[in-house]
Amino acid sequence: MEALKMPSIAENICGLIGRKAILRLKDIHDASKLINDIFYWTLLSPLKGKRLRFRASISEMVKAGYHSVPIVALISLFVGIILALQAAYQLRRFGALIYVANLVGVSITRELGPILTAIIVAGRSGSAFAAEIGSMKAAEEVDALISMGINPVRFLVVPKLIALMVMLPALTLLSDCIGILGGFLLSITALEIHPYNYFQQTINALLIKDILTGLMKAWVFSIVITIVGAYEGFRVGGGAEEVGRRTTASVVLSIFLVIVFDLFFTTLFYFFT
Amino acid sequence: MENAIEVRNLVTYYGDREILKNISFSTLQGETTVILGGSGCGKSTLLKHLIGLLKPMRGNILIRGKDITLMEEEELDEVRKKMGVLFQGAALLNSITVSDNVALPIREHTRLKESTIQIMVRMKLDLVGLSGFEHLYPSQLSGGMKKRAGLARAMALDPKMLFFDEPSAGLDPVTAAGLDELILKLKHVFKMTIVVVTHELSSVFTIADDVIMLDSGEVIFSGTLDQLKASNHPRVRMFLERRPEKETYLPEDYFRIIAGD
Repeated sequence: MEALKMPSIAENICGLIGRKAILRLKDIHDASKLINDIFYWTLLSPLKGKRLRFRASISEMVKAGYHSVPIVALISLFVGIILALQAAYQLRRFGALIYVANLVGVSITRELGPILTAIIVAGRSGSAFAAEIGSMKAAEEVDALISMGINPVRFLVVPKLIALMVMLPALTLLSDCIGILGGFLLSITALEIHPYNYFQQTINALLIKDILTGLMKAWVFSIVITIVGAYEGFRVGGGAEEVGRRTTASVVLSIFLVIVFDLFFTTLFYFFT
Repeated sequence: MENAIEVRNLVTYYGDREILKNISFSTLQGETTVILGGSGCGKSTLLKHLIGLLKPMRGNILIRGKDITLMEEEELDEVRKKMGVLFQGAALLNSITVSDNVALPIREHTRLKESTIQIMVRMKLDLVGLSGFEHLYPSQLSGGMKKRAGLARAMALDPKMLFFDEPSAGLDPVTAAGLDELILKLKHVFKMTIVVVTHELSSVFTIADDVIMLDSGEVIFSGTLDQLKASNHPRVRMFLERRPEKETYLPEDYFRIIAGD
């Protein structure tokens, strides 16, 4: 009767882990296949003479980049002001108010500019990517593209990737400038720092390196946001309800991954630059 | 006559469930073949295999003598350019106009001049009776018009083969009959090989040369329309005479089912 004995707790636990892992394995397979396809159609296929869809990329740039300018500018301005106020709260005690310029300049360019922009773009464009691709998947439009011999990754994802790879660093640069402007405006009014002094202090504090590492992060974030949006979009199998669920998931996952990658790159830049 | 499509021992699963059980059949070039069957018999899944959207677990699918189950994606794209598909909901891209939808495969696969493409698009739309609707968006069209526009797009590259997934689903009888007539016209004028998946009997009798009937993943009938009418296979008769399915279990079994034992 050996074969009929009840499975032990250990066997149950192993079985549970195994079943979960096998389910996850398919996700990993799908995700890596998508990443592989995206890089193939972005980097390799143009070398083989397949045209990139520049016109579609430009329209995506307008949607994802140009239309985000007001919200990115406004939030950056406010964050610049907040940062200056918070810095002044501590620095005033040491009579070192002028260092508000350093703090605002460095933290905006190295950290807050890229990450705020990435979070705004993940919320605006990453979710839009997931919803667009998801509803196309639900309406068999993706199948129709495949049946016409048009690769959906090339047709739908690559223009979005190119658009974000250009626009996210550009928006980050804008966010850097406006954020610093916010700190500047507060300092010359409420903190009564002389504008020229603040300007000089900022110039002295900032290194080219600070701005470049920020832009590099923004560039990585753009890739993360596009891949997550596309991945969640292509995972839609059923109808409209699932499109909503996948859209939410894409925002949560891309913000999470943006912060994970931010941690990784900040650590990297701290030790190696 | 040559075989247009040949399916050999096709087996496919969704998860653990066997959807297609060892299916074999072939269709002739220039003929209209209807794949008939009730809901959930696997006929849409079969169509997805024929157009290369799904890969089977086992078995081969030969399109004009070439096995598409063994092909790489790029090779498969070459085959797909020679076939047109009309999906159940037409599957037009909602973000672009009707004429851009029809122009899409031409723009993607050829390097023709824009003026030439425009003329081709107008010809295709005229063929399906949609002249003058070029600049509308798919959401502004009725169900029947969407299908016609989808058909124009499927015809854009002058394919040798056309596939239809439930062409009359969701259409009123008059519009559905119009679409059937269009299918007949395409067959006679362009000598196309046509495969139609449907459960609509009236359209089967209008358009079919050959019929393949599926029932729970198996081919239960394969032959001409006249042979279908004469068939005395019980499932085929039930389908043709629109008889409902009998209760398949005994009262004591039913009790066991609801008791959850």
